[in-house]
Amino acid sequence: MIINGVSIDDTFAEAFGMRGTRVIITAQNLRWAYNAAQAMTGFATSVIACGVEAGIERELTPEETPDGRPGVSILMFAMGSAVLMKQLETRMGQCVLTCPTAAAFSGLEGGDRINLGKNLRFFGDGFQTSKVFGGKRYWRVPVMDGEFMTEETTGMVRAVGGGNFLILAESQPQALAACEAAIDAMKKVPNVIMPFPGGVVRSGSKVGSKYKSLIASTNDAFCPTLKGITKTELSPEIESVMEIVIDGLTAEDINKAMHVGIAAACELGAANGIKRISAGNYGGKLGPFLFKLHEIMSGDYA
Amino acid sequence: MSALTFTLKTAPQQRVDVSGLTPDALAGKSLAEIAAIELPSGHDKPRVDALFDISGDDAADIVIKNATERLDYIGHGMRSGRITVHGNVGSYLAFKLRKGEIVLHGNTGDFAASGMAGGLLHVHGNVGDFLASAIIGERRGMKGGTVIITGNAGERAGDQMRRGLVLIEGNAGSYCASRMIAGTIGVMGTTGEYLAYGMRRGTVLLNNAPQLHATIQDCGSHTLPFLSLMFKSFRDLPTKFAAINRNRVQRYAGDIANDGKGEILVFK
Repeated sequence: MIINGVSIDDTFAEAFGMRGTRVIITAQNLRWAYNAAQAMTGFATSVIACGVEAGIERELTPEETPDGRPGVSILMFAMGSAVLMKQLETRMGQCVLTCPTAAAFSGLEGGDRINLGKNLRFFGDGFQTSKVFGGKRYWRVPVMDGEFMTEETTGMVRAVGGGNFLILAESQPQALAACEAAIDAMKKVPNVIMPFPGGVVRSGSKVGSKYKSLIASTNDAFCPTLKGITKTELSPEIESVMEIVIDGLTAEDINKAMHVGIAAACELGAANGIKRISAGNYGGKLGPFLFKLHEIMSGDYA
Repeated sequence: MSALTFTLKTAPQQRVDVSGLTPDALAGKSLAEIAAIELPSGHDKPRVDALFDISGDDAADIVIKNATERLDYIGHGMRSGRITVHGNVGSYLAFKLRKGEIVLHGNTGDFAASGMAGGLLHVHGNVGDFLASAIIGERRGMKGGTVIITGNAGERAGDQMRRGLVLIEGNAGSYCASRMIAGTIGVMGTTGEYLAYGMRRGTVLLNNAPQLHATIQDCGSHTLPFLSLMFKSFRDLPTKFAAINRNRVQRYAGDIANDGKGEILVFK
């Protein structure tokens, strides 16, 4: 398959089941909503060492938020419910409770209910109070800027993590430009986040290492500087490879995000040095979700 | 189907306990069966058809017409449907109401919404003392649901109230929110003496500055973010409170003689 001169590999991205949740952060203005949200989703690029993968899904207008203030929605994913609950609580306590004017609300009505601010209330040292509106319990915790308000619980659902594709280009600036175009398009897709810095990861990994203590190491088959000394996947003209990883609430959401991302990268085309689109997988043996590039680019998502 | 309508023939000599006339109690019953129900009234047990003319057939939508102050326990323990009452009624209106809606076009006596746990009570008129309060011997008053009073409330409104929302568009008498355990009471008019006497937790929302006793303490003026959430929850309610769009308040805390976690919020 070739789109605008870009070759699409006949391969698939392999993804795993995760647990996901959504939190709505509001504040006096968007600047402070972002401050809280960026802190809360900081150091959350990969479950390998961060515990969770998290990112800002989108901005919310005052009409879309529970308390009528500007806000952002955050998606957070983990490999299991216990880790997700622990990370959510820790990050709420250190990043939202601490942030001036910020408040937190549930972003998922369905799913299992997990603690959002339920235990943070104890920071109030007995001065905390709760109110129930529309069947939902909210906690008011006195803090130095006034009151910290949080919903007691949010929803947790079964989600999908690890959808991905690789952009192979003739130069590093060209690969990055294609990634930026892809991320800009993918940010408009609901229910997904791209958890790496700016949505892009350059250190794609393979399973295992020559060092016993490491479970993953650099994906040498896609490293352009190793073309001559390893079993490379790269043709001579490829000088830079970058990956976009997607976590979504459903496989369908990841399909849509991958489609718009790949389409945006291909729009730059071979004329701008974009030569190939590939994907990372483990031979189809590990993950239950397979995102086949040809199906995504030729199917209903077009 | 038309509303099942009970029209009182003449004012009864004794008080009548009409707790049996709720949508769930009458569901599936024929008109003959309903007519034969006996209602406690003093030493007597008059049949429903001795007291009321009965018409209509939709037990989920009950209408009581020509009501008097002698009809007690309207909507007792009701779990579904709707009761509309025209005329004044007696005490214990919506007693232990669980779910559904009771609308009264008239005044009611004491202990309205006592023990109420859910649903909506809408009174287009005045209520007596002990609105949403605990009856003698009970330790908790209203436990949930929404009460809207377009007129005035008597004394002790919200006494030992545990949860839920009471909105009084008129005035409230003395000892409003006394011994209140939790929940929310809003009063658009004035409040009497000893507001929030012995109040433990909960919120009292006032339009007019109250008289405060010694153990209620001023905590200053604040813009409280939770109020916008609360007023948003009022938006769909059939009350003047739905139009409130301010969250600047003077906050008083108390009763510090009883835990002091309650609050009185007065609009600035």
